[in-house]
Amino acid sequence: MRLPPFQSLVDAHAAELHRFLVASVGPTDAEDCLQETLLSALRAYPRLRDGSHLRAWLYTIAQHKATDAARRRARHRAEDLDGVRPAYLCEPQHELVDDGLWARVRALPPKQREAIVHRFVFDLAYKDIGLRTGTTEEAARQNVATGLRRLRMEVDR
Amino acid sequence: MSELERRLARPPASAPFDIRAAATMLAQRATEAGLVDVAYGSLDSPLGKLIVAVTRRGVVRIAYEGEVEEGVLQELAEGVSPRVLRAPERTDAARRELEGYFAGSVRRFDLPVDWTLVHGFAVGVLKATARVPFGHVATYAEMAASAGSPRAARAAGNALHINPIPIVVPCHRIVPASGGIGGYGGGEERKRFLLDLEGALRV
Repeated sequence: MRLPPFQSLVDAHAAELHRFLVASVGPTDAEDCLQETLLSALRAYPRLRDGSHLRAWLYTIAQHKATDAARRRARHRAEDLDGVRPAYLCEPQHELVDDGLWARVRALPPKQREAIVHRFVFDLAYKDIGLRTGTTEEAARQNVATGLRRLRMEVDR
Repeated sequence: MSELERRLARPPASAPFDIRAAATMLAQRATEAGLVDVAYGSLDSPLGKLIVAVTRRGVVRIAYEGEVEEGVLQELAEGVSPRVLRAPERTDAARRELEGYFAGSVRRFDLPVDWTLVHGFAVGVLKATARVPFGHVATYAEMAASAGSPRAARAAGNALHINPIPIVVPCHRIVPASGGIGGYGGGEERKRFLLDLEGALRV
């Protein structure tokens, strides 16, 4: 089994993972999530048995980190409602504005969010989304369709 | 394509991604977490760019320009650990001594050496080589004898030729008994330069 030096994974995939995370959790959390993703990957790396699906493996870890970050965000919002709002939880000033659609994407259930990001940010075919996310082509098509339906309902409302 | 899909095809707003900053931050955090098994950096020397790799034990690899960087890193990943990261600060001590050596202020390296990439007969040969002092030379046969096989001069030459830690393990100080300076893994020109730097070339 030949694992490449970890630095080559960083050089080859950090930029696209960052794009994935910007779409999944927003630009503010993306950098932290990227660091968490790469650190977790590095920690587990020598125990990997198979070096042939490294990219999909990295995306799986990034997906988990994105879901954790979304959960943290939701918890913070709940705390806001209780009137507990430490300064460091205030919305960052430099959050870049888009039209709000991506905020809705980020609020989708993880599987749908991930499939939509791969489909539209990376313009991947369903077969490749399946490979990248460890599911089937059919499941990827389903997740995109369900996600789109949900978004359409929210946007039209 | 629906209006919604057209909007999704426009990527979300984001500041440009700075991969250097992200990689530097990762190296820092990974070092703090004890997750970097092999750290490497580079150094400009009179002999061209050098790649210097260190482990927790010491210097494990020095590569001359001309060896393909990917090849060197892959060798480290397979021979030491795949947790290889560019973390130049970790190589500072080694780079400082090498700079001092080329500037003439360092005559003996105090760097610990990690012998992980050296195997078999080569271990004895290279450890004997490491004891040959600055400005001196020894022969292949003498190194073979130090490693326990006086008649294995050729094998000693082969071991020296693939020395993973040139300069610090001074394989350039080993020359043929028959005269001349002999071959060198980094090319004969570099060997001549190093012997000349040490005043060991008798013209």
